Amino acid sequence: MTSSFSRRSFLGLTGAAGLTAALAACGGGTKIGSGSSAPASAAPTFSGGEYTGPKVTLDYWNGFTGGDGPHMRAMVEAFNKEFSGRIEVRNVTRRWEDLYPAMPTAISAGKGPDVAVIHNDWIGTFAARQTLIPLDDVVGALELTEADFIPAVWNAGVFDGKRYSVPLDVHSLGDYWNRKHLEKIGLTEAPADKDSYEKALAGLRDAGIATPFWMPNKWPAHLMFMSLLWQHGGELYSEDGAKALWGSDQGAQALGWMVEQIDKGYSPAKVAIDTQYAAFKNDKVSFTWDGIWQINDLKTNAKSLEWGLSPVPNIGGTPAVWSASHNFVLTSQAGKDPNKVQAAKFFIDSMSRQSTEWAKAGMIPARNSARQDPAVADLPQVGMAKDVGIFHFLPALPGVGDVQSKALELAVAKAVLKEASPAEALKEGVATADKLLADNKRKYGR
Amino acid sequence: MSVLSRPKSPSGAAAPAAPAGAARRMRWWTPYAFLTPYLLLFSVFMILPIGFGFWTSLHEWDINLPAKPFVGLGNYADLFDPGSVDGGRFWTAMRATGIFTLFSVPLLIVLPLLAALLMNGRFRGRNLYRAVYFAPYVLGVAVVGFLWRFLLDGNIGLVNHYLGLDVQWTTDEPPVWIALVGVTVWWTLGLNAVIFLAGLQDIPRELHEAAMVDGASAWRRFRAVTLPGLRPVTVFVVNATILASANMFGQSYLITAGAPADRTKTAIYLIAETGLRQFDMGTASAMSFILAAFLMAASALVFGAFRDRSRR
Repeated sequence: MTSSFSRRSFLGLTGAAGLTAALAACGGGTKIGSGSSAPASAAPTFSGGEYTGPKVTLDYWNGFTGGDGPHMRAMVEAFNKEFSGRIEVRNVTRRWEDLYPAMPTAISAGKGPDVAVIHNDWIGTFAARQTLIPLDDVVGALELTEADFIPAVWNAGVFDGKRYSVPLDVHSLGDYWNRKHLEKIGLTEAPADKDSYEKALAGLRDAGIATPFWMPNKWPAHLMFMSLLWQHGGELYSEDGAKALWGSDQGAQALGWMVEQIDKGYSPAKVAIDTQYAAFKNDKVSFTWDGIWQINDLKTNAKSLEWGLSPVPNIGGTPAVWSASHNFVLTSQAGKDPNKVQAAKFFIDSMSRQSTEWAKAGMIPARNSARQDPAVADLPQVGMAKDVGIFHFLPALPGVGDVQSKALELAVAKAVLKEASPAEALKEGVATADKLLADNKRKYGR
Repeated sequence: MSVLSRPKSPSGAAAPAAPAGAARRMRWWTPYAFLTPYLLLFSVFMILPIGFGFWTSLHEWDINLPAKPFVGLGNYADLFDPGSVDGGRFWTAMRATGIFTLFSVPLLIVLPLLAALLMNGRFRGRNLYRAVYFAPYVLGVAVVGFLWRFLLDGNIGLVNHYLGLDVQWTTDEPPVWIALVGVTVWWTLGLNAVIFLAGLQDIPRELHEAAMVDGASAWRRFRAVTLPGLRPVTVFVVNATILASANMFGQSYLITAGAPADRTKTAIYLIAETGLRQFDMGTASAMSFILAAFLMAASALVFGAFRDRSRR
C-alpha cells in the first residue's frame, strides 16, 4: 500500500460519510402531529345526516381480545352492512398492552388506526402527543351532555379546552365469589363490609378452604390497592398532577390490609401473575377481585364453576372502586384526509348509539340514561352501577401510565412480596413518582 | 487477499515478472472495489443505525413528540446516577442480566459438550437420541415461556405438585434464577450440543487412534485430543452463548414478567420497555450503548483467554 490514500483514512472517510448520512436522516426526524390539526379543520363540521363523500376505508383499532371481542365485531359488521359501498371499517383487535405502545408509532408511519377505542387515562397522554384530533362536533351532534355522564369519565376526554373522546362504557373492578364455597358457611351473597368479609374468610378457612383469597403481586394488585386507597379516603395524585399522594397513611392502611391477608394465611405468599384467577376458575379460591369484563370468560371457560359477582366490599369505610372507561377517539392519521374524518365521525356516532348492545359484552353503558334501558338494567354488571358515585378513575394526566407502572405498581408488588413494609414501599414509590411527575410536566409542557 | 499473498508464497517465486505486472495493474482502489458490495450493506445496516442510535442517545428523544432537545451526555449521566429513576432501574436490570449470564453460560457449555460426547458414540437409536436433545430448540420462546410459566407456578404448577415442594419458582429469589436458567438450558442445550457434535466429527480419527496406540487412557485422549480439537468451535460457542444469554428477554418477559419486583427484568427487557412502551428512545439508546460496551469487553476477554492458550 504505497498509495497516499491509506486504508485508515478511507475507513475514516466512510465512517464520517455514514455519520453524516445518519445526521442528515435525523434532520428530517419524526415530526408527526405538528401540522395535523390544520387538515382536520378542513373537514366539514359533523352534524349527522348522510355521509356524502367518496368511498373510504377506515382502520379501527381496539383491544377487545376477551369475551367482549365477538360483540364488537358484530357491531362493526352491522355498520359495514349499513354503509356498504360508502364506508368500510377494518377491525384490528390487539391486546391493550400491545396496542398503546404501537399506536403512536404506527400513526406517525401512516399505518395506524384512523379511529380507535382507548381508556380514559390514556386520552391526556395521546392528546398531548398530538396523536388525536378533537371531536367537539360529534359530541354536539350526539347531543351528549355532561349531565348524562359520570363527571370523571366526561372530563377525562377534555384536554386544553378541547374534547377528544366519546365515552362508550364504564367498567370496574368486581368481587367474584365461589357460590359453593360460600354456601358452606351459610352465605348466599358476598359480604359487603370489612367485618363480615373478614369473618367470612375465617369461616371459609375453618370450613376446609385453606386459602380462600389469593393476593396477587401484579395485575390487578394495583387496582385493588387504588380501590382500597379511595375507600380509606386517600387520593392518587394532586389536582395539578405535581405530587403523588398515594403514600399517605390511607395508602399504608390500604396496602396493609392487602398484606394482612397473607399474614393471616388467607392467601399463599408470593402468588405469581394471573394465578389467583386461574385458581378461582379451578374451584380453589373463594374470592377474587377482577375486572367485570371477565364475566364472559368465566361463562365460556369455567362452565362447571358456580360463581357470583358483587361490588368490591367496603373495607376502608367509604364505598369506592377502581373504574375505567372505553372511549372512541379520532387520530391524526385520519386527520390527513377530510373524507376519513367525516366517515370516522359517522362511525363513532353510529357505535355510540348502540351502547345497550355493547353492554351485553360485559360492560356498563357510560350514559346514565342508557343504564335505565330495560334491555340492560338486569345485566349483573349494570346492577353494580346503582351508585356511580363510588366509581373512581385514574386522572388523565399526560404520562400517568409511566408513573403507575414505574412507581405505584412496583411499590404494591414489593409490599405484597414482603420485600418491604407497606409504608416503606410506598415511601420509596412516591419518591420515584414525584420525580416522574416533574419530568412529565416538563416533557408535555403543561 | 489471495492475490496479494501469492507473490510471497514459494511456488509463485518462480515467475518474478508476474507479481510486478499484477502490482502495476492493481490500482489503490481495487481492494475497495471488491469490498464495495459488502461495505454498502455494512454501512446501511450497521454503521448508519449505530450512528443514528448514538445520535438518539444524546437527545431527549421521544418517538412522537415534535421537540427532541439535545441533552449531550445527559442520558448517560442519568443512568450512572443511582438516585435517578432510570439509573436505579437500569442497574437492577444489568444485575439481572449479569446473574443470568453468569449461571447460564457455564451450564450451556459443559452440558451440551457432555451431550455431544454421548451423541458422538455409536449405538442403536442414536438419531432418535440426537433428535430428543434438539427438539426443545425447535419451539418458539412464546411456547416455551407459556408452558413453563404454568408448570413452574408455585401454587398451581405441576413441578411443585410432582416434586412435593413448596417453592415459588416464578416470584421468589433465588428460585426464580434456577427456574430461568433451567428453562433456558433445557431449551437451548440442543443447539450448542449440535455445534459441538459437528466439531467432534471434525477431529480426525487418526489422532485418536494414534493416541490409543500410544496407550493413552480415555480421559487423557479427551484432554489431549478432543479438547484442543474443539478449541475453535468452543471459542465460537462461548461467545455466542454469552451474547445470547446477555440478550435474554423472552423467558423473563413470559415466565416471571419481571417478578419479584422487577428483579428479573433484564437489560434488554428494560430497553424494549423504555424505548417501545414509554417511547423514551434517548434513554433506551443510551442503555443499549452501555450494554454493548459491556458485551464487547466480555467478548474481548473470551478471545483473549483462548488466544493465550493457543500460544502455549
